[in-house]
Amino acid sequence: MSKKQIMLGNQAIARGAYEAGVTVSSAYPGTPSTEISENIAKYDEVYAEWAPNEKVAMEVVVGASMAGARALCSMKMVGVNVAADPLYSCSYIGVKGGIVLVAADDPGIYSSQNEQDSRMVARAAMVPVLEPSDSDEARLFTKLAFEYSEKYDTPIMLRTTTRLSHSQGMVNLEERVEHESTPYERNMRKNVMMPACAIERHKVVEKRLKDMAEDANTMPINKVEYKDTKIGVISSGIPYQYVKEVLPEASVLKLGLVNPLPRKLIEEFASKVDTLYIVEELEPVIEEQVKSWGIKCIGKEIFTVQGEYSANMLRKAILGEEVDISEPADAPNRPPILCPGCPHRATFSVLKKLKIHAAGDIGCYTLGAVAPLDVIDTTVCMGASISMLHGMEKAKGKEFIKNWVAVIGDSTFLHTGVNSLMNMVYNKATGTVIILDNSTTGMTGHQDHAATGKTLKGEPTYAIDIYNLCKAMGIENVYEVDAFDQKKLEETVKTEVARDAVSVIIAKSPCALLKEYVPKGKCVVDDEKCRRCGACLVLGCPAITKKDGHIVIDETMCNGCGLCQSKCPFEAISLVKAGE
Amino acid sequence: MAEKTVNVMIVGVGGQGTLLASRILGNLTTASGYDVKISEVHGMAQRGGSVVTYVRYGHGVAEPIVEEGQADVLIAFERLEALRYAHFLKKDGHIIVNDQRIDPMTVVTGACEYPENIIEELSKKYDVTALDAMAEAEKLGNTRVFNTIILGVVATKMEFDKEVWIETIKNVVPPKTVDLNVKAFEVGYSL
Repeated sequence: MSKKQIMLGNQAIARGAYEAGVTVSSAYPGTPSTEISENIAKYDEVYAEWAPNEKVAMEVVVGASMAGARALCSMKMVGVNVAADPLYSCSYIGVKGGIVLVAADDPGIYSSQNEQDSRMVARAAMVPVLEPSDSDEARLFTKLAFEYSEKYDTPIMLRTTTRLSHSQGMVNLEERVEHESTPYERNMRKNVMMPACAIERHKVVEKRLKDMAEDANTMPINKVEYKDTKIGVISSGIPYQYVKEVLPEASVLKLGLVNPLPRKLIEEFASKVDTLYIVEELEPVIEEQVKSWGIKCIGKEIFTVQGEYSANMLRKAILGEEVDISEPADAPNRPPILCPGCPHRATFSVLKKLKIHAAGDIGCYTLGAVAPLDVIDTTVCMGASISMLHGMEKAKGKEFIKNWVAVIGDSTFLHTGVNSLMNMVYNKATGTVIILDNSTTGMTGHQDHAATGKTLKGEPTYAIDIYNLCKAMGIENVYEVDAFDQKKLEETVKTEVARDAVSVIIAKSPCALLKEYVPKGKCVVDDEKCRRCGACLVLGCPAITKKDGHIVIDETMCNGCGLCQSKCPFEAISLVKAGE
Repeated sequence: MAEKTVNVMIVGVGGQGTLLASRILGNLTTASGYDVKISEVHGMAQRGGSVVTYVRYGHGVAEPIVEEGQADVLIAFERLEALRYAHFLKKDGHIIVNDQRIDPMTVVTGACEYPENIIEELSKKYDVTALDAMAEAEKLGNTRVFNTIILGVVATKMEFDKEVWIETIKNVVPPKTVDLNVKAFEVGYSL
């Protein structure tokens, strides 16, 4: 009997890689890709690791492939930009053991800084792309991707989106088939990308894509479902599900391989239907190619390039049907916020008091940009806080940044912040960098990193010492301060922003959601002493609210970090320690 | 068995534990022979933001999300979230709402007001079952199982046998918490 299990799309990708005989996996966490690594790490047969960033992860995988193993690399779409350098060269080099790069796009921007379409990167890097439509296809296509990778001697991108990665569906489980690791052979012309070799390899890449495009016409993952031919739709991925929901009687060409495209198959399909629609989320990647072949079709004229699609959206755009829905109620927004006990809040409250601007970075602490904290002025990409502060100083002079700092998390600092800090030291900067060290990669759900002392597999390892790392760069002024020691933190920030030299303040305190975190107790308000001044409310702690004019701390949420207590001018808040 | 696809939504505040409820529903529906798709929210929205999970089960489920006007059951872990997503319900849809108030930051900062009489207003348009799951959970001595109490109420509004629910809960929750969760389910079921 075949085994079935309900799985997240990401879990199914991990399963597919396992079944394909993968032995090496490297990744950096990023929504919506994180669960791929977390799940593949559970298989004893697979070596799986967190790399400090996506470029490193990709290079690890290229090395593993060259040594003969099947290897998996997974990342969110902006991570693909970080990994782009090795990806482009890897495309020229090809593979020994298959390489699959999972690129997880985020249409609708649930947890990202932009809405880019990874298929565009793949086309630029001349890398084939497979796109599954549900959990079981996620498993199956991952396996197929490894086969194609070896057959066509190319890395393969498996493109997923938030809706696929974070949807559960039924998955058929198959046995793992061990991949026979081939012996290492030196092959300078293929593996050393210097001009003479690269010129030759580029020819190979062009031919490889042409060959694959030809084969794509008969590949079973490109499926034609002929029904009524008045309407024909070309689609792939999650949008295919919306098409099936809205147009169960239409003819559909479902593309499993979205780069390169099967031209003959598309031409044939187009000739048999009266009106051809191309339904793809984000960029018109398929549509523009199809139109360039002189085929008449409708795409982004009626479908948006922004956000996620839905059945109702297609109903309206294709069938002109208005869906009768009642008006949504007028409900106050509930944006995400820093958790009760979050150490970032403690650091931000000092910066707010001192009226200091922060160049921000990527992580939970980006939430310091919004009310009531309003501390962070910029967020661009991983590591940018430090380099941007440097750019500001070089543009406006050192006096300009006397009320500025860069804030960056520990995981983000190790990702790409290190390089930016090196740049500050080298180029005689005077800025202050605050490393918000909460001992984890918080936003993506608490993954370990090079400074936590634990591997992805949960094994103890050497923890890189951020303090000594900064010292080793030649920075004299490096301080480690408990983020909740408000007095000391304030003094340190004041002194360091005034100093004409690079400083690093490591604001250290663990994330309150970590398993190891021990709540200190509960904070309670003495209603008689409380003057309702609102000094505690300004912290933006979700445990503190106003009820009928009185300040109340929700004891199920509070874990007694004591920050509100330190801010209360009337000593109306006290800490009841745990166990008392 | 249901002929058409049944649409369930679980809404709440990030961190309330809506994912456990969707896991139980997923296992419950597949154990009963249905195809199912569940769509969740991870990442930034989990930090105290408004979260929504879609569960669709039937015979061959294509779309993984529930859209406006399509939900048969709306399970709300907090009452403002019930209000926010009520228009996703069909005309004869059920709401099971935990009568708890968690102020969003927009209310704390004074930018907005928390709406009054949410449950009364919703009851005018929909079939609403409200419960104070936190109070019930406190009686059991562990506020964490409030979500299983809610599921107990949900069970009275859905087609699956009580035994199948209990069997599923036993399979899904951590082994150490099985007894407590089953007890919590029973509390909700008999409310």
